[in-house]
Amino acid sequence: MLESFDYSLIDWSRGQFALTAMYHWIFVPLTLGLGFLVAIMESIYVKTGDPEWKRITKFWMTIFGINFAIGVATGIILEFEFGTNWSNYSWFVGDIFGAPLAIEGIMAFFMESTFIAIMFFGWTKVSKKMHLLSTWLVAFGASLSALWILVANAWMQLPVGMVFNPDTARNEMVNFWDVLLSPMAVSKFTHTISSSYTLAALVVIGISAWFLRKKRHLVFAKRSIVLAAVFGLVTSLFTLLTGDYSAKVIAKHQPMKFAAFEGLNIGQRGAPLVAIGIVSTTPEDPNNENIKDFAFKIEIPNFLSYMAFSDFNAFIPGIKDLMEGNEEHGIMSATEKITRGKLAIDALAEYKQAKEAGNMEKVAEAKSILDENFKYFGYGYFINNPNDLIPSMPITFYSFHIMVALGVWFIMFFGIILLLVYKNKISGAGFWLVVAIINIPLAFLASQSGWVTAEMGRQPWVIQDLMPTMTAVSKLDTNAVITTFILFALIFTTLLIAELSIMFKTIKAGPKAITETGNPKAVKEDASSAGNDQLSN
Amino acid sequence: MFETLSHLALQQYWWVIISILASALVFLMFVQGGQTLIYTLGKNENDRSLIINTLGHKWELTFTTLVTFGGAFFASFPLFYSTSFGGAYWVWIIILFAFIIQAVSYEYRKKPGNVYGKRTFETMLFINGAVGTILIGTAVGTFFNGSMFSVDKGNITQMYDTAISRWETPFYGLEAVLNWHNVALGLAVFFLARVLGILFIVNSVKSHTIFEQALKHIWYNAIPFLVFFLAFATNLLLKDGFAYDPASGVVSMEPYKYLHNFIEMPVVAGIFIVGVVLVLMGIMRFMFCRNYKAIWFAGAGTMLTVFALFLVAGFNNTAYYPSTFDLQSSLTIQNSSSSHYTLTAMSYVSLFVPVVIAYIYWVWRSLNKKQMTIEDLDKDNTHVY
Ligand code: HDD
Ligand code: HEM
Ligand code: HEM
Repeated sequence: MLESFDYSLIDWSRGQFALTAMYHWIFVPLTLGLGFLVAIMESIYVKTGDPEWKRITKFWMTIFGINFAIGVATGIILEFEFGTNWSNYSWFVGDIFGAPLAIEGIMAFFMESTFIAIMFFGWTKVSKKMHLLSTWLVAFGASLSALWILVANAWMQLPVGMVFNPDTARNEMVNFWDVLLSPMAVSKFTHTISSSYTLAALVVIGISAWFLRKKRHLVFAKRSIVLAAVFGLVTSLFTLLTGDYSAKVIAKHQPMKFAAFEGLNIGQRGAPLVAIGIVSTTPEDPNNENIKDFAFKIEIPNFLSYMAFSDFNAFIPGIKDLMEGNEEHGIMSATEKITRGKLAIDALAEYKQAKEAGNMEKVAEAKSILDENFKYFGYGYFINNPNDLIPSMPITFYSFHIMVALGVWFIMFFGIILLLVYKNKISGAGFWLVVAIINIPLAFLASQSGWVTAEMGRQPWVIQDLMPTMTAVSKLDTNAVITTFILFALIFTTLLIAELSIMFKTIKAGPKAITETGNPKAVKEDASSAGNDQLSN
Repeated sequence: MFETLSHLALQQYWWVIISILASALVFLMFVQGGQTLIYTLGKNENDRSLIINTLGHKWELTFTTLVTFGGAFFASFPLFYSTSFGGAYWVWIIILFAFIIQAVSYEYRKKPGNVYGKRTFETMLFINGAVGTILIGTAVGTFFNGSMFSVDKGNITQMYDTAISRWETPFYGLEAVLNWHNVALGLAVFFLARVLGILFIVNSVKSHTIFEQALKHIWYNAIPFLVFFLAFATNLLLKDGFAYDPASGVVSMEPYKYLHNFIEMPVVAGIFIVGVVLVLMGIMRFMFCRNYKAIWFAGAGTMLTVFALFLVAGFNNTAYYPSTFDLQSSLTIQNSSSSHYTLTAMSYVSLFVPVVIAYIYWVWRSLNKKQMTIEDLDKDNTHVY
């Protein structure tokens, strides 16, 4: 028997998953949002017949295509990584988790990848209406794929609709609708897609602002900005709403994550919200280095309680309450959960033995102990290191706060842009055009931070309370995983460089270059086109 | 409607679906085969452009079929997913790499600013075409020859060493290439993909020069295909196979197991024979009659053949993913599947498949109404690779 888990294997596997997922997530939100923006643009074109809208549509469609290709490249690896690197996980929950992945393939990926062919190659081959329909189906397919993968992810955060079967040593689905409609799935899906739409709106505004600054393609740029700003304002408000809903769901179902990203160590009634804070480098509790205090903070009184439970006086458990227990509020201590978890694990082992020996009495007894304690199954693996149950508080705290601050800022930004447009001052608003360009990387930062919050905050769990990350991993040679980690880092970075370079060149060439050949040519900026734009403006 | 079926019936239904997806995948690998022929068939820039563009309208379909194949296998036979992917790590990772580089290559190849130049992306397409087909074929070969792994679901209760499936060689799957029978299947798939690639290209583009090259190169690919395929098929019929006893679940070696499977499932044998004949007919119609629609014969034949091979691997009480390390760890459609409930739910989802096929058909028809010419690529309004 081993003395402890093979942490180097686990860390490299986690690193590899995080690396590939975060790369994938650079491209996915833009695909999700730009798909819809392009569909709206084309709808306007079909409705008005204005060739300028066709040009706008085609330019953004080209950007979409460049981004989409690398989204696909980075996606395939994630799909198979559950098998290659988390094989124990794939068995333990495959009966539930595999289904959304398969449905995603059958329902969403085929829709996307089939109609994208019409979208790109079908301009002259099908009717205008069919083409428009195809563009909408691509956008719809992308969001549908997001739905299924997020249902899968939500289930890991809140496992519902299943029972554990000791004979097969896995969780088995008993209610598909519970899995699909769990509050976590609803919050994940709505928040992720609305934030992705927001991100795409910011990208469109930023690129258009660049054209305005260069005084090129003014009509194109202004129209893109107006459309994206309206879309962005609506979706960013929805992002705030769904983000708030997400927080409520987390407070209820993943209190440890909630305490970590809010930086709440000791629970209280009427808990204040830390609006701005800097985590101290020394732990608050000398016996537990994972519990960190603040060196500096600005609080809004009672607001956290309100955010979590819509009640200014509600009790919010802190990290310490969750570890040490809090009888008054009916919170079980970590040690107690660990004891019960260990009971469940041992009962499962006993169940197997008794079954092989044909001792039905013992089988029944083991089964009842298992059932009673299964809720805490995963805790049993922490018998020697209960403090590992605390996620990294600084990372989750900072990433969450960065996301929320940016989310609020984006709403204001869309408002300002619309105001400038309304006053017809957008072309000359030099300062705001620069801000718009800077907002592009910030949008990606916010989106990545969201996932860091969600994923780091739930550590050490892959399946909340049932399966810790360390028992999910495939039994591989650590060096093999290190090698593939490096290979993935190299290949994705290589591809990212090509993608960015092509993206910049395409943007520089501008929308004029696209219509003439269907492909951007590196044309020199032609002054007459800018002039024309101004004339027709 | 599905809930009344027995667990076994659902398992069989899903094995049929997996087999259909596999057969579609092998057919669609004409894209991969075509990618290895860009310079072989395309002797000038225009021809190469035509080849790449016509393949470029279809590559997503192959790619998505592969992804869906993976997802469907996960949902229906999760123990295969966890055992094979987590164990034969290197084989699958190399296959995945080959597909990662494909996904960007069409779109980026000719774009200004692509940094690495057009030849790099063409090389990536070639690697995808060669490595992808050979390794997928080799991996499927292990369905008949076995791998070295063990499965013990009790391990989950072992403190600190919880892995259920373990690979028992340090090569993590690469050892599959040491068995000639696996490799023969890999090479057969590779040359078949090239044959299909040739037939697809002559069907979908209009160029005399390509047609002339194709007439020549069909020979260089059809003959090695036949050699490797016959070697694989003959040995399959003669070799011992992995049988299991449905009552006790015990796996044992049975001489001529796969031959028996064909004899005991005459319908499958019939499908197999019709498939092989159709492939041969397709090849010959092109070779001798210059028929440019031969892809439909060869394509349908490919699908039937692969479909039959998968049924032989998994039906008639055969272990489809055998372990030579520990026979009793071998995977069968019964011991590796999802629960009755999940298979039922997924079966409802499978009703959606005809819709998918219908719109794929519509899109294919809309885009391939007539053969692509170089003038088409110069036109406004198209997206050119
Ligand atoms: C919120 C949305 C979302 C999330 C969380 C993920 N993806 Fe994704 N994925 C998409 C949204 C998306 C997309 C927008 O639909 C993409 C981008 C490009 C594309 O083809 O679809 C995509 C592509 C894509 C592809 C290529 C599809 C194709 O063949 O065209 C695969 C295999 C995956 N994803 C798999 C995954 C897995 C296993 C994930 C879990 C870690 C994951 N994705 C997270
Ligand atoms: C695409 C967006 C996603 C991003 C950017 C993302 C990011 C991350 C990050 C940062 C980690 C933490 C790694 C660590 O703690 O070492 C992680 C882990 C993980 N995530 Fe996600 N994640 C994404 C989507 C998903 C989805 C949708 C799923 C499930 C379907 C998922 C499943 C996992 C698993 C299995 C791990 C490994 C175990 C772990 O270390 O927590 N992730 N991901
Ligand atoms: C406006 C205020 C916002 C609030 C209150 C908010 C709230 C939240 C919360 C509580 C989570 C964690 C969910 C979990 O851990 O499972 C989350 C996750 C996430 N956030 Fe936000 N968010 C906001 C803005 C944004 C913005 C602007 C973006 C990106 C442009 C964004 C992108 C994400 C993403 C991608 C996730 C991960 C997916 C998920 O868990 O739903 N959020 N957000």
